[in-house]
Amino acid sequence: MFTNFDWDVIIRSLPYLFLDGMRFTIMLTFMATAGGIVIGTLLALARLSNIPGLSHVAGVYVNLIRSMPLVLVIFWFYFLVPYIGQWITGASRPIQVGAFLSALVTFTLFEAAYFCEIMRAGIQSIPRGQAQAAQALGMNYWTAMGEIILPQAFRNMVPVLLTQTIILFQDTSLVYVISVTDFFGAASKVAQRDGRLVEMYLFAAAVYFVISLAASYWVRHLQHRIAIIR
Amino acid sequence: MITISKVSKWYGTMQVLKNCSTEVAKGEVVVVCGPSGSGKSTLIKCVNGLEPFEEGTITVDGISVGDRKTNLPKLRARIGMVFQHFELFPHLSVMRNLSLAQVKVLGRDSKTADEKGRKLLERVGLTSHAEKFPGQLSGGQQQRVAIARALAMDPIAMLFDEPTSALDPEMINEVLDVMVALAKDGMTMIVVTHEMGFARKVANRVVFMDKGEIVEDAPTADFFGKPRSERAQMFLSKILQQ
Repeated sequence: MFTNFDWDVIIRSLPYLFLDGMRFTIMLTFMATAGGIVIGTLLALARLSNIPGLSHVAGVYVNLIRSMPLVLVIFWFYFLVPYIGQWITGASRPIQVGAFLSALVTFTLFEAAYFCEIMRAGIQSIPRGQAQAAQALGMNYWTAMGEIILPQAFRNMVPVLLTQTIILFQDTSLVYVISVTDFFGAASKVAQRDGRLVEMYLFAAAVYFVISLAASYWVRHLQHRIAIIR
Repeated sequence: MITISKVSKWYGTMQVLKNCSTEVAKGEVVVVCGPSGSGKSTLIKCVNGLEPFEEGTITVDGISVGDRKTNLPKLRARIGMVFQHFELFPHLSVMRNLSLAQVKVLGRDSKTADEKGRKLLERVGLTSHAEKFPGQLSGGQQQRVAIARALAMDPIAMLFDEPTSALDPEMINEVLDVMVALAKDGMTMIVVTHEMGFARKVANRVVFMDKGEIVEDAPTADFFGKPRSERAQMFLSKILQQ
Protein backbone atom coordinates (compact mmCIF):
# COMPACT_ATOMS: atom_id res chain seq x y z
CA MET A 1 0.00 0.00 0.00
CA PHE A 2 2.79 2.41 0.80
CA THR A 3 4.80 1.59 -2.33
CA ASN A 4 3.82 4.74 -4.18
CA PHE A 5 4.63 6.96 -1.27
CA ASP A 6 7.69 9.16 -1.13
CA TRP A 7 8.71 9.38 2.51
CA ASP A 8 11.86 11.17 1.49
CA VAL A 9 9.85 14.35 1.11
CA ILE A 10 9.68 14.53 4.89
CA ILE A 11 13.43 14.25 5.31
CA ARG A 12 14.01 16.88 2.68
CA SER A 13 11.64 19.36 4.26
CA LEU A 14 12.56 18.75 7.91
CA PRO A 15 14.52 21.99 8.38
CA TYR A 16 11.67 24.02 6.94
CA LEU A 17 9.04 22.14 8.93
CA PHE A 18 10.76 22.51 12.26
CA LEU A 19 12.94 25.61 12.05
CA ASP A 20 10.24 27.70 10.43
CA GLY A 21 6.98 25.95 11.19
CA MET A 22 7.42 24.40 14.61
CA ARG A 23 9.37 27.34 15.92
CA PHE A 24 6.41 29.58 15.15
CA THR A 25 3.94 27.11 16.65
CA ILE A 26 5.90 26.79 19.89
CA MET A 27 6.48 30.52 20.13
CA LEU A 28 2.81 31.29 19.61
CA THR A 29 1.78 28.61 22.09
CA PHE A 30 4.05 29.84 24.88
CA MET A 31 3.48 33.54 24.39
CA ALA A 32 -0.28 33.10 24.18
CA THR A 33 -0.26 30.88 27.27
CA ALA A 34 1.76 33.39 29.28
CA GLY A 35 -0.36 36.33 28.15
CA GLY A 36 -3.57 34.33 28.47
CA ILE A 37 -2.83 33.32 32.06
CA VAL A 38 -2.02 36.89 33.10
CA ILE A 39 -5.11 38.38 31.46
CA GLY A 40 -7.21 35.37 32.42
CA THR A 41 -6.24 35.77 36.08
CA LEU A 42 -7.15 39.46 36.00
CA LEU A 43 -10.47 38.53 34.38
CA ALA A 44 -11.07 35.93 37.08
CA LEU A 45 -10.41 38.54 39.79
CA ALA A 46 -12.82 40.86 37.99
CA ARG A 47 -15.48 38.15 37.80
CA LEU A 48 -15.14 37.42 41.50
CA SER A 49 -14.99 41.05 42.62
CA ASN A 50 -17.93 42.75 44.23
CA ILE A 51 -17.35 46.04 42.46
CA PRO A 52 -20.65 46.72 40.70
CA GLY A 53 -20.46 46.21 36.95
CA LEU A 54 -16.92 44.87 36.85
CA SER A 55 -17.83 41.22 37.31
CA HIS A 56 -20.66 41.67 34.83
CA VAL A 57 -18.40 43.10 32.12
CA ALA A 58 -15.83 40.33 32.62
CA GLY A 59 -18.57 37.71 32.57
CA VAL A 60 -19.98 39.01 29.30
CA TYR A 61 -16.53 39.00 27.72
CA VAL A 62 -15.76 35.45 28.81
CA ASN A 63 -19.11 34.06 27.72
CA LEU A 64 -18.97 35.89 24.41
CA ILE A 65 -15.51 34.56 23.55
CA ARG A 66 -16.32 31.07 24.71
CA SER A 67 -19.38 30.88 22.50
CA MET A 68 -17.54 31.78 19.30
CA PRO A 69 -15.59 29.43 17.06
CA LEU A 70 -11.86 30.13 17.21
CA VAL A 71 -11.50 30.33 13.43
CA LEU A 72 -14.05 33.09 13.34
CA VAL A 73 -12.21 35.05 16.02
CA ILE A 74 -8.90 34.63 14.19
CA PHE A 75 -10.50 35.95 11.01
CA TRP A 76 -12.18 38.85 12.70
CA PHE A 77 -9.08 39.92 14.51
CA TYR A 78 -6.96 39.72 11.43
CA PHE A 79 -9.24 42.12 9.63
CA LEU A 80 -10.25 44.24 12.61
CA VAL A 81 -7.00 44.84 14.47
CA PRO A 82 -5.58 47.19 11.78
CA TYR A 83 -8.70 49.34 12.04
CA ILE A 84 -8.74 49.30 15.82
CA GLY A 85 -5.08 50.33 15.72
CA GLN A 86 -5.97 53.16 13.40
CA TRP A 87 -8.79 54.25 15.64
CA ILE A 88 -6.61 54.22 18.75
CA THR A 89 -3.60 55.98 17.28
CA GLY A 90 -5.62 58.25 15.04
CA ALA A 91 -3.51 57.33 12.03
CA SER A 92 -4.78 58.09 8.56
CA ARG A 93 -4.53 54.49 7.40
CA PRO A 94 -5.18 51.09 8.98
CA ILE A 95 -2.13 49.99 10.96
CA GLN A 96 -0.48 46.92 9.49
CA VAL A 97 0.29 44.69 12.41
CA GLY A 98 1.40 41.57 10.57
CA ALA A 99 -0.01 38.11 10.79
CA PHE A 100 2.10 37.00 13.75
CA LEU A 101 1.11 39.87 16.03
CA SER A 102 -2.50 39.50 14.97
CA ALA A 103 -2.43 35.78 15.72
CA LEU A 104 -0.70 36.38 19.05
CA VAL A 105 -3.26 38.98 20.14
CA THR A 106 -6.11 36.73 19.05
CA PHE A 107 -4.89 33.64 20.82
CA THR A 108 -3.97 35.57 23.97
CA LEU A 109 -7.39 37.19 24.25
CA PHE A 110 -9.19 34.01 23.23
CA GLU A 111 -7.34 31.76 25.65
CA ALA A 112 -7.67 34.38 28.39
CA ALA A 113 -11.38 33.54 28.53
CA TYR A 114 -10.62 29.88 29.14
CA PHE A 115 -7.79 30.56 31.58
CA CYS A 116 -10.16 32.93 33.39
CA GLU A 117 -12.58 30.11 34.10
CA ILE A 118 -9.76 27.83 35.24
CA MET A 119 -8.31 30.45 37.57
CA ARG A 120 -11.77 31.32 38.87
CA ALA A 121 -12.31 27.69 39.81
CA GLY A 122 -8.84 27.66 41.35
CA ILE A 123 -9.48 30.75 43.46
CA GLN A 124 -12.82 29.38 44.59
CA SER A 125 -11.18 26.11 45.60
CA ILE A 126 -9.16 27.90 48.30
CA PRO A 127 -11.02 27.81 51.65
CA ARG A 128 -12.52 31.15 52.68
CA GLY A 129 -10.58 30.97 55.92
CA GLN A 130 -7.34 31.55 54.02
CA ALA A 131 -8.55 34.93 52.81
CA GLN A 132 -9.83 35.73 56.30
CA ALA A 133 -6.50 34.79 57.86
CA ALA A 134 -4.67 37.02 55.38
CA GLN A 135 -7.08 39.87 56.11
CA ALA A 136 -6.83 39.35 59.84
CA LEU A 137 -3.07 39.83 59.55
CA GLY A 138 -3.71 43.23 57.98
CA MET A 139 -3.00 42.32 54.37
CA ASN A 140 -4.83 44.36 51.79
CA TYR A 141 -6.61 42.81 48.80
CA TRP A 142 -3.61 42.70 46.48
CA THR A 143 -1.18 41.35 49.07
CA ALA A 144 -3.64 38.66 50.13
CA MET A 145 -4.24 37.71 46.50
CA GLY A 146 -0.63 37.87 45.44
CA GLU A 147 0.90 36.10 48.44
CA ILE A 148 -1.78 33.76 49.71
CA ILE A 149 -4.67 33.04 47.36
CA LEU A 150 -3.22 33.10 43.85
CA PRO A 151 -0.07 31.05 44.57
CA GLN A 152 -2.26 28.29 46.00
CA ALA A 153 -4.90 28.59 43.30
CA PHE A 154 -2.24 28.52 40.61
CA ARG A 155 -0.56 25.46 42.03
CA ASN A 156 -3.85 23.63 42.32
CA MET A 157 -4.65 24.49 38.74
CA VAL A 158 -1.29 23.89 37.05
CA PRO A 159 -2.37 20.54 35.59
CA VAL A 160 -5.55 22.03 34.14
CA LEU A 161 -3.69 25.11 32.87
CA LEU A 162 -1.11 22.94 31.12
CA THR A 163 -3.78 20.71 29.62
CA GLN A 164 -5.38 23.85 28.23
CA THR A 165 -1.96 24.78 26.83
CA ILE A 166 -1.78 21.43 25.03
CA ILE A 167 -5.17 22.16 23.46
CA LEU A 168 -3.88 25.61 22.52
CA PHE A 169 -0.82 23.99 20.93
CA GLN A 170 -3.13 22.02 18.66
CA ASP A 171 -5.43 24.97 18.01
CA THR A 172 -2.59 27.14 16.76
CA SER A 173 -2.78 25.15 13.51
CA LEU A 174 -5.87 27.23 12.73
CA VAL A 175 -3.65 30.19 11.85
CA TYR A 176 -3.46 28.67 8.36
CA VAL A 177 -6.63 30.65 7.60
CA ILE A 178 -4.61 33.86 7.67
CA SER A 179 -1.75 32.25 5.73
CA VAL A 180 0.73 32.14 8.56
CA THR A 181 3.31 29.39 8.34
CA ASP A 182 3.11 27.43 11.54
CA PHE A 183 4.06 23.75 11.67
CA PHE A 184 0.83 22.62 10.07
CA GLY A 185 0.98 25.44 7.53
CA ALA A 186 4.54 24.45 6.56
CA ALA A 187 3.54 20.81 6.18
CA SER A 188 0.55 21.86 4.11
CA LYS A 189 2.68 24.01 1.80
CA VAL A 190 5.20 21.23 1.15
CA ALA A 191 2.37 18.77 0.64
CA GLN A 192 0.78 20.88 -2.06
CA ARG A 193 4.03 21.91 -3.72
CA ASP A 194 5.27 18.33 -4.06
CA GLY A 195 1.92 16.65 -4.40
CA ARG A 196 2.59 14.53 -1.32
CA LEU A 197 -0.55 15.19 0.69
CA VAL A 198 -0.92 11.86 2.43
CA GLU A 199 2.71 11.63 3.55
CA MET A 200 2.87 15.15 4.90
CA TYR A 201 -0.48 15.13 6.68
CA LEU A 202 0.27 11.76 8.23
CA PHE A 203 3.61 13.06 9.41
CA ALA A 204 2.07 16.26 10.77
CA ALA A 205 -0.54 14.26 12.65
CA ALA A 206 2.15 12.01 14.11
CA VAL A 207 4.19 14.99 15.30
CA TYR A 208 1.19 16.65 16.99
CA PHE A 209 0.29 13.32 18.55
CA VAL A 210 3.74 12.60 19.93
CA ILE A 211 4.27 16.10 21.34
CA SER A 212 0.81 16.29 22.92
CA LEU A 213 1.08 12.83 24.40
CA ALA A 214 4.54 13.46 25.82
CA ALA A 215 3.34 16.78 27.25
CA SER A 216 0.32 15.22 28.95
CA TYR A 217 2.52 12.52 30.51
CA TRP A 218 4.80 15.24 31.78
CA VAL A 219 1.81 17.11 33.25
CA ARG A 220 0.72 14.00 35.09
CA HIS A 221 4.21 13.55 36.49
CA LEU A 222 4.34 17.22 37.50
CA GLN A 223 0.97 16.98 39.23
CA HIS A 224 2.41 14.66 41.85
CA ARG A 225 5.51 16.72 42.39
CA ILE A 226 4.01 20.14 43.02
CA ALA A 227 1.02 19.17 45.16
CA ILE A 228 0.81 21.22 48.38
CA ILE A 229 1.03 19.14 51.54
CA ARG A 230 -2.17 19.64 53.49
CA MET B 1 -9.99 48.91 74.99
CA ILE B 2 -12.67 47.08 72.97
CA THR B 3 -16.19 48.43 73.20
CA ILE B 4 -19.09 46.63 71.55
CA SER B 5 -22.20 48.70 71.67
CA LYS B 6 -25.69 47.67 70.54
CA VAL B 7 -24.45 45.59 67.61
CA SER B 8 -27.01 43.87 65.41
CA LYS B 9 -26.39 41.83 62.29
CA TRP B 10 -28.58 40.10 59.77
CA TYR B 11 -27.97 37.42 57.17
CA GLY B 12 -30.77 38.33 54.79
CA THR B 13 -33.85 38.30 56.98
CA MET B 14 -32.31 36.19 59.73
CA GLN B 15 -30.97 38.20 62.63
CA VAL B 16 -27.77 36.61 63.92
CA LEU B 17 -26.75 39.28 66.42
CA LYS B 18 -29.29 41.11 68.55
CA ASN B 19 -28.32 44.32 70.23
CA CYS B 20 -25.05 42.99 71.66
CA SER B 21 -23.08 45.18 74.06
CA THR B 22 -20.02 44.46 76.14
CA GLU B 23 -16.63 45.87 76.94
CA VAL B 24 -13.15 44.52 77.30
CA ALA B 25 -10.60 46.52 79.26
CA LYS B 26 -6.88 46.46 78.65
CA GLY B 27 -5.33 43.28 79.98
CA GLU B 28 -8.68 41.64 80.52
CA VAL B 29 -9.48 38.09 79.39
CA VAL B 30 -13.09 37.57 78.36
CA VAL B 31 -14.45 34.15 77.46
CA VAL B 32 -17.46 34.02 75.17
CA CYS B 33 -19.45 30.82 75.38
CA GLY B 34 -22.83 29.49 74.40
CA PRO B 35 -24.48 26.83 72.27
CA SER B 36 -23.39 26.49 68.65
CA GLY B 37 -25.14 28.86 66.30
CA SER B 38 -25.53 31.44 69.05
CA GLY B 39 -23.45 34.05 67.21
CA LYS B 40 -20.23 33.88 69.26
CA SER B 41 -17.91 33.51 66.27
CA THR B 42 -19.82 36.10 64.30
CA LEU B 43 -19.48 38.56 67.17
CA ILE B 44 -15.70 38.29 67.45
CA LYS B 45 -15.32 38.41 63.68
CA CYS B 46 -17.16 41.72 63.84
CA VAL B 47 -14.49 43.04 66.21
CA ASN B 48 -11.81 43.05 63.49
CA GLY B 49 -14.23 43.71 60.67
CA LEU B 50 -14.06 40.28 59.05
CA GLU B 51 -17.84 40.29 59.30
CA PRO B 52 -19.73 43.50 58.62
CA PHE B 53 -22.59 44.48 60.90
CA GLU B 54 -25.60 46.61 60.17
CA GLU B 55 -26.29 48.36 63.47
CA GLY B 56 -24.35 49.55 66.48
CA THR B 57 -20.71 50.45 66.93
CA ILE B 58 -17.52 48.62 67.81
CA THR B 59 -14.44 50.58 68.77
CA VAL B 60 -10.97 49.14 69.24
CA ASP B 61 -8.45 51.42 70.92
CA GLY B 62 -10.70 54.36 70.06
CA ILE B 63 -11.04 53.45 66.38
CA SER B 64 -14.51 52.66 65.05
CA VAL B 65 -14.52 49.35 63.15
CA GLY B 66 -17.74 49.91 61.26
CA ASP B 67 -16.78 53.39 60.07
CA ARG B 68 -16.30 53.45 56.29
CA LYS B 69 -13.35 55.82 56.69
CA THR B 70 -11.45 53.43 58.96
CA ASN B 71 -8.41 51.82 57.36
CA LEU B 72 -9.43 48.25 58.19
CA PRO B 73 -6.20 46.50 57.10
CA LYS B 74 -4.24 48.85 59.36
CA LEU B 75 -6.55 48.19 62.30
CA ARG B 76 -6.55 44.42 61.71
CA ALA B 77 -2.77 44.37 61.71
CA ARG B 78 -2.96 45.45 65.37
CA ILE B 79 -5.48 42.78 66.40
CA GLY B 80 -4.33 39.18 66.42
CA MET B 81 -6.74 36.47 65.42
CA VAL B 82 -6.62 32.71 65.81
CA PHE B 83 -9.07 30.54 63.87
CA GLN B 84 -10.78 27.27 64.60
CA HIS B 85 -9.15 25.63 61.58
CA PHE B 86 -5.72 27.29 62.09
CA GLU B 87 -5.63 28.73 58.57
CA LEU B 88 -1.89 28.61 58.29
CA PHE B 89 -0.72 29.21 54.75
CA PRO B 90 -0.03 25.67 53.49
CA HIS B 91 2.25 26.72 50.62
CA LEU B 92 4.67 28.55 52.93
CA SER B 93 7.09 27.22 55.51
CA VAL B 94 6.36 27.77 59.19
CA MET B 95 8.99 30.52 59.31
CA ARG B 96 7.53 32.24 56.26
CA ASN B 97 4.06 31.99 57.79
CA LEU B 98 5.41 33.96 60.73
CA SER B 99 7.40 36.54 58.80
CA LEU B 100 5.27 37.24 55.71
CA ALA B 101 2.81 39.72 57.23
CA GLN B 102 5.56 41.35 59.31
CA VAL B 103 7.38 42.16 56.08
CA LYS B 104 4.44 42.90 53.78
CA VAL B 105 2.20 44.70 56.26
CA LEU B 106 4.46 46.20 58.92
CA GLY B 107 7.37 46.80 56.56
CA ARG B 108 9.93 45.08 58.76
CA ASP B 109 13.04 43.82 57.00
CA SER B 110 13.18 40.07 56.62
CA LYS B 111 16.02 39.65 59.10
CA THR B 112 14.11 41.36 61.90
CA ALA B 113 10.98 39.44 60.96
CA ASP B 114 12.77 36.10 61.01
CA GLU B 115 14.32 36.89 64.36
CA LYS B 116 10.94 37.78 65.81
CA GLY B 117 9.49 34.63 64.29
CA ARG B 118 12.19 32.49 65.81
CA LYS B 119 11.66 34.02 69.26
CA LEU B 120 7.94 33.31 69.11
CA LEU B 121 8.47 29.75 67.88
CA GLU B 122 10.64 29.26 70.92
CA ARG B 123 7.87 30.66 73.09
CA VAL B 124 5.35 28.13 71.73
CA GLY B 125 7.95 25.36 71.87
CA LEU B 126 8.35 24.68 68.16
CA THR B 127 11.83 25.94 67.36
CA SER B 128 12.83 22.77 65.54
CA HIS B 129 9.91 23.00 63.13
CA ALA B 130 10.77 26.35 61.52
CA GLU B 131 11.54 24.97 58.09
CA LYS B 132 8.65 22.50 57.93
CA PHE B 133 5.40 23.10 56.11
CA PRO B 134 2.13 23.36 58.07
CA GLY B 135 0.85 20.09 56.61
CA GLN B 136 3.74 18.28 58.28
CA LEU B 137 2.67 19.37 61.77
CA SER B 138 -0.02 18.00 64.07
CA GLY B 139 -3.15 20.01 64.71
CA GLY B 140 -1.93 21.22 68.09
CA GLN B 141 1.40 22.28 66.64
CA GLN B 142 -0.34 24.08 63.79
CA GLN B 143 -2.53 26.00 66.21
CA ARG B 144 0.50 27.02 68.25
CA VAL B 145 2.17 28.28 65.07
CA ALA B 146 -1.02 30.20 64.30
CA ILE B 147 -0.87 31.85 67.73
CA ALA B 148 2.80 32.73 67.16
CA ARG B 149 1.91 34.13 63.74
CA ALA B 150 -0.66 36.44 65.30
CA LEU B 151 1.73 37.47 68.09
CA ALA B 152 4.44 38.30 65.56
CA MET B 153 2.44 41.38 64.62
CA ASP B 154 2.74 42.72 68.21
CA PRO B 155 -1.04 42.94 68.59
CA ILE B 156 -2.75 45.10 71.20
CA ALA B 157 -5.41 42.40 71.64
CA MET B 158 -6.00 38.81 70.59
CA LEU B 159 -9.19 37.18 69.33
CA PHE B 160 -9.56 33.40 69.57
CA ASP B 161 -12.34 31.76 67.58
CA GLU B 162 -12.82 28.27 69.08
CA PRO B 163 -9.08 27.61 68.99
CA THR B 164 -9.35 24.06 70.33
CA SER B 165 -12.59 22.86 68.73
CA ALA B 166 -10.91 21.22 65.74
CA LEU B 167 -8.24 19.50 67.83
CA ASP B 168 -7.94 15.94 69.03
CA PRO B 169 -8.46 15.82 72.82
CA GLU B 170 -4.82 15.05 73.60
CA MET B 171 -3.69 18.19 71.79
CA ILE B 172 -6.03 20.63 73.46
CA ASN B 173 -3.87 21.24 76.49
CA GLU B 174 -0.71 22.17 74.60
CA VAL B 175 -2.69 24.99 72.97
CA LEU B 176 -4.47 26.03 76.16
CA ASP B 177 -1.13 26.18 77.98
CA VAL B 178 0.14 28.72 75.46
CA MET B 179 -3.04 30.74 75.89
CA VAL B 180 -2.84 30.64 79.68
CA ALA B 181 0.73 31.89 79.55
CA LEU B 182 -0.35 34.64 77.23
CA ALA B 183 -3.14 35.68 79.59
CA LYS B 184 -0.74 35.71 82.52
CA ASP B 185 1.51 38.04 80.51
CA GLY B 186 -1.34 40.54 80.48
CA MET B 187 -2.57 40.19 76.90
CA THR B 188 -6.06 41.51 76.22
CA MET B 189 -8.02 38.53 74.97
CA ILE B 190 -11.47 37.61 73.73
CA VAL B 191 -11.79 33.85 73.58
CA VAL B 192 -14.70 31.97 72.09
CA THR B 193 -14.46 28.50 73.58
CA HIS B 194 -16.24 25.62 75.23
CA GLU B 195 -13.27 24.96 77.49
CA MET B 196 -14.80 25.88 80.82
CA GLY B 197 -11.66 24.83 82.66
CA PHE B 198 -9.75 27.48 80.77
CA ALA B 199 -12.47 30.02 81.50
CA ARG B 200 -12.37 29.30 85.23
CA LYS B 201 -8.62 29.49 85.31
CA VAL B 202 -7.86 32.71 83.44
CA ALA B 203 -11.02 34.57 82.43
CA ASN B 204 -11.87 37.79 84.20
CA ARG B 205 -15.37 37.72 82.79
CA VAL B 206 -17.60 35.28 80.96
CA VAL B 207 -20.06 36.38 78.30
CA PHE B 208 -22.81 33.87 77.62
CA MET B 209 -24.63 34.09 74.30
CA ASP B 210 -27.73 32.37 73.00
CA LYS B 211 -29.66 32.94 69.79
CA GLY B 212 -27.65 36.03 68.89
CA GLU B 213 -28.11 37.74 72.24
CA ILE B 214 -25.74 38.36 75.09
CA VAL B 215 -27.71 36.70 77.84
CA GLU B 216 -25.21 37.01 80.63
CA ASP B 217 -22.07 39.05 81.13
CA ALA B 218 -20.59 38.41 84.56
CA PRO B 219 -17.31 38.06 86.44
CA THR B 220 -16.06 34.49 86.15
CA ALA B 221 -16.72 33.50 89.76
CA ASP B 222 -20.28 34.81 89.61
CA PHE B 223 -20.97 33.11 86.30
CA PHE B 224 -19.91 29.69 87.53
CA GLY B 225 -21.24 30.25 91.05
CA LYS B 226 -24.71 31.50 90.41
CA PRO B 227 -25.63 32.13 86.80
CA ARG B 228 -28.71 34.32 86.81
CA SER B 229 -30.35 33.24 83.56
CA GLU B 230 -32.02 29.89 83.13
CA ARG B 231 -30.42 29.40 79.72
CA ALA B 232 -26.94 29.83 81.12
CA GLN B 233 -27.74 27.43 83.95
CA MET B 234 -28.90 24.82 81.45
CA PHE B 235 -25.86 25.34 79.25
CA LEU B 236 -23.52 25.02 82.21
CA SER B 237 -25.13 21.90 83.60
CA LYS B 238 -24.90 20.25 80.17
CA ILE B 239 -21.33 21.22 79.50
CA LEU B 240 -20.05 20.46 83.02
CA GLN B 241 -21.64 17.00 83.05
CA GLN B 242 -19.29 15.85 80.31
